[in-house]
Amino acid sequence: MIEVRNLSKSFGRTVAVDDVSFEVSKGEVLGFLGPNGAGKTTTMRILTCYLAPDSGSASVAGYDVLSDSLEVRRRVGYLPENAPIYQDMDVISYLEFVAEVRGIPREDRRRRIDGMVDVCGLGKVVGRGVGELSKGYKQRVGLAQTLIHDPEFLILDEPTTGLDPSQIIEIRELIKEIGRERTVILSTHILPEVEATCSRVIIINEGSLVASGTPEELHSAAGGEDTIHVSIRGDEAAVKAALAGMRGVTGVTGAGPGPEGFTSYTLKATGGGDLGETIFRAAVENGWTLNELRREALSLEEIFLKLTTSEPGRGSAEG
Amino acid sequence: MRNTGPIFRRELAGYFNSPIAYIFITVFLGLSSWLFFKGFFVVGQASLRMFFGIIPWIFLFFVPAITMRLWAEERKVGTMELLMTLPVTDAEAVLGKYLASFAFLGLSLALSLVIPVFVAVLGDPDPGQVVGGYMGAVLMGGAFLAIGLFVSSLTENQIVAFIISVVVTFGLFILGEDFVLFGIPDWLVPVFSFAGLGGHYDSISRGVLDSRDIIYYVSIIVFFLYLNVKSIEARK
Repeated sequence: MIEVRNLSKSFGRTVAVDDVSFEVSKGEVLGFLGPNGAGKTTTMRILTCYLAPDSGSASVAGYDVLSDSLEVRRRVGYLPENAPIYQDMDVISYLEFVAEVRGIPREDRRRRIDGMVDVCGLGKVVGRGVGELSKGYKQRVGLAQTLIHDPEFLILDEPTTGLDPSQIIEIRELIKEIGRERTVILSTHILPEVEATCSRVIIINEGSLVASGTPEELHSAAGGEDTIHVSIRGDEAAVKAALAGMRGVTGVTGAGPGPEGFTSYTLKATGGGDLGETIFRAAVENGWTLNELRREALSLEEIFLKLTTSEPGRGSAEG
Repeated sequence: MRNTGPIFRRELAGYFNSPIAYIFITVFLGLSSWLFFKGFFVVGQASLRMFFGIIPWIFLFFVPAITMRLWAEERKVGTMELLMTLPVTDAEAVLGKYLASFAFLGLSLALSLVIPVFVAVLGDPDPGQVVGGYMGAVLMGGAFLAIGLFVSSLTENQIVAFIISVVVTFGLFILGEDFVLFGIPDWLVPVFSFAGLGGHYDSISRGVLDSRDIIYYVSIIVFFLYLNVKSIEARK
């Protein structure tokens, strides 16, 4: 369990993190979302004891990051942004160094390192200098370093930056896989990543928390406005009136008659109720022919933009 | 202090994983023997006094070159974030790095033993002076290293770390020299002459082992390592 309470941190006059609170429980993969400079990295650095908070508290597994810093660091595997690695070492000696500092007994080290080489797909670069690795392999070596002591908690700062699409998918699968029995915080500004890997999302903007919840909850927090496309053959005025009268519908626009006498309508609806069924019943009762009924949910992308570009106050009121 | 070991080994290997170590050692040995033997045959005495006389001036540049990368590179590459989020205390990290640089300096000095051996073959140098000289060099070098390591933690630019270390060490070194003592009020003279890095070396390398000199160097080392721990903490 990771607990963050009223965390604040400033650098000079710049407020990096402003009164942020959240919790992550075991088995959860928390997506930490926000534009660049939102305070994601600062929060993660506080959780990994690299920085100290100005006020508020953060704890990992019940250990405070300030008073029990070493206990926290023992339990956390941290992948800093851009996965910095000692340039003058080779892959294995680097992992050996981390394993030794992590207190893995000498007789287990070899086995753990071999395991990591396997899990992270490092077979091809064993024995190569870290300095000559490609970005993708560096990221994997970083991930191997993060996982080597089998940590209960994983904190990953933009784990997929700089990777090519197939590597991104691989790393996401890996995170999903390892996240099953662990507590994971993952920061990113790539939204599909969150949808693909996270069970819960926190959106942070300019140091403050703007939204928190499952991707579905965020959807309704952002206003929950759905767009529904229907295509109906029938009297246009009557159909329009009937659609506009349905519960939750805030606007109907018709696109004029299309092929075979079907007219496309675009409905704006709030409330998230099952409008599809209502429309279907209305069509049956009135003898309309229904050709298309498609609901277009707000993507996380739109939610994100909505929450991070709204005027101050609005986002948090909704979140 | 459990994790001082792995950090020490990593840093020491770091010197030898790149050409730096070999270049440093070659330059150190080349320069010191050349400067020494240039005068040695002119004077024609089997004495190492001149050798120990030039050591501080070589150290002035050699030691900051050894320490400049130790923290500055970590900060520049970002591995500092990695190191300090491992279960390592600030003191363990500082000590590990310090001991690695100390071992490297010790190795360079050990290799320079060729010079006294050579002199011993030619003549009959005073063994007390050789032992004292090396002890002095180790102690003074240790103090220089502590200063250089601390300065390296203040910047992410190795060149800046090098230059500032040279300036600071040089400043502390000439503090006790006659021409400085000449220009200050009388009551400050004992303070300056005790604080200077050079005077204590002179007396040790003459073969006079005084506990005050040893305590002086050890306190300088402890003081700068303490400052180093504080400057690492200050990142937070």
